[in-house]
Amino acid sequence: MPAVVAVLGLIAVFGRTGIVNSLPLAVRMILHGWLAIPAERLRLAQSLGFGPSETFRHLERPMLREVLPGVLLVILLICLTSFAVVLTLGGGPSATTIELAIYQAVRFDFDLARAAGLAGVQVLISATVAVAAWGLVRPAGFGAGLDRTTPIAAPGGWRRVTDALALGLATLFLVVPLGAVALRGLPGLADLPPSVLPAAGRSILVALMSAFLATGAALTLALAAATRPLLLIEASATLPLATSGLVLGTGLFLIVQPFAPPMTVALPVTILVNTALSLPFLYRILSPETRAMQAGYGRLADSLGLQGWPRLRWLVLPRLARPLGFGAGIAAALSMGDLGAITLFAGERQATLPLVIQQLTGAYRTEAAAAASLILVTLSFALFWACDAGGRRAAA
Amino acid sequence: MLQLDRLTLAHGSFRLTADWSAAAGDRIAIMGPSGAGKSTLLSAIAGFLQPTDGQIRWQGQDLGPVPGGQRPLTILFQDQNLFPHLTVVQNLGLGLRPDLRLSRDERLQIDAALDRTGLAGLGPRRPAELSGGQASRAALARALLRARPILLLDEPFAALGPALRQDMLALLREVADDTGALVLMVTHDPADALALQGRTAFVADGQVAAPVDTVQLLADPPAAVRDYLGR
Repeated sequence: MPAVVAVLGLIAVFGRTGIVNSLPLAVRMILHGWLAIPAERLRLAQSLGFGPSETFRHLERPMLREVLPGVLLVILLICLTSFAVVLTLGGGPSATTIELAIYQAVRFDFDLARAAGLAGVQVLISATVAVAAWGLVRPAGFGAGLDRTTPIAAPGGWRRVTDALALGLATLFLVVPLGAVALRGLPGLADLPPSVLPAAGRSILVALMSAFLATGAALTLALAAATRPLLLIEASATLPLATSGLVLGTGLFLIVQPFAPPMTVALPVTILVNTALSLPFLYRILSPETRAMQAGYGRLADSLGLQGWPRLRWLVLPRLARPLGFGAGIAAALSMGDLGAITLFAGERQATLPLVIQQLTGAYRTEAAAAASLILVTLSFALFWACDAGGRRAAA
Repeated sequence: MLQLDRLTLAHGSFRLTADWSAAAGDRIAIMGPSGAGKSTLLSAIAGFLQPTDGQIRWQGQDLGPVPGGQRPLTILFQDQNLFPHLTVVQNLGLGLRPDLRLSRDERLQIDAALDRTGLAGLGPRRPAELSGGQASRAALARALLRARPILLLDEPFAALGPALRQDMLALLREVADDTGALVLMVTHDPADALALQGRTAFVADGQVAAPVDTVQLLADPPAAVRDYLGR
């Protein structure tokens, strides 16, 4: 969910509090971990009479060990590089992040040296976090199954109550801000400035392009790493985590500026930056299942001479359809709501939807901003849903 | 002729040597204790493991530089012989054409192979809807379709019951007769080796011995084989 929208929603609800809204992303990433445990292992667990604690110890803990560090890392870095939130709240000196400082250095002071310095600090912090989290990842090694489905027995007793409570709270946590966006956005829909429509079109273009590029790149890296684990591959898939939209944007701004007016390349740069930024997430989402696919079916495919396009068509795409769809959806939603590089480059005619929302908020046109937010959140969700459902249908 | 020419395979600290050859159409069981290196030998012939020394040659040609899928062989693994997301027909089709652009003729061939292996009518199913025996049959049907001159089997029937196993071995003999393939089958069980009606290469102490007649080997086993058989 685009951070800008969540913030507008949260402002409406709580006044002004900063809250991470990575909950859905985290939940889905962990859920994929559960889905990746072959049914055969669950059957074995059932036949051995595993209770919840044994299942946790022997199946779920190894799975979480593989999945959680990535999830934690993703969320931590989203917070670290979270810029849209603070920007929209107009963060004063007490609520400034490095990201915002970079933005101010470029946009207001045009102090490029300071921006580059701040970008360096940001990279250092993020890289430290990334390295720390990566050290914790352990492959779970469940082996391959037959794609059977074993229903996991529903828990009984008090666990049902706690489950219901957790689900209820999570739903409230997400629905209330969204509801607020909808309530406040609907009346403003009538008097939206005409700039919103082309901005929405540009946002969709950026989202689709970067989702496509990032998914392709992440799949390539994950496949290469699954056959021959190389530090170089892992590093190139992880490196973007050490940066942020503004760090990359600043760098590209410095490169482009002597040769061309930055405005002219605003959209390609945004696509590029978003591709690079979603790459680590997609790689994290794809690599466990790619490894499992390679371990389970790599030899069979090799022995049948399944290479190149046929291998992609008959092995990789069908087996990875679910994480590919999910990943592409995440990438599309992330780029859709991105308010990073675009803020440095865009002028009036290159603005994406989040930028228009920010401008509307800056001009105190809250009704229109809320309405545009409603459009943004609807589009983001539609894109995510289309990719994710497409992947799930292809996997079925 | 398949030649294992002063072949040395290494896998971590594990080493395995073999120096013998087998003619086209031979049937050889590879028997020996767990961890002796039976599967390692098959992996090397199939191209999943490069020899540290020596050569694997087929009809005089060194297979070293030939990638797995282009070697003149079909391999059946212990499990995961079928892609679970594809139908039986698609799984068989991959053995003929990796891009699955099957001609009418190839489809007829697949139907014939299904008939032949007792799977008529099961073509549209997915592997999860097959029994263990049916899955083995499907893998054998693919070997039949591929008709490559070498057929490697890595305990593919280990999970089946005795009667079913006998059926599979009979079917395997038919497939081998049809395709004229040289069969190398890893097994734990002397009964399987006998049922293959050929020779047996015993693997122990880091060495794959040259194959000898199975009946003779079991009638008068050397010390290592006696230990293995528990006699």
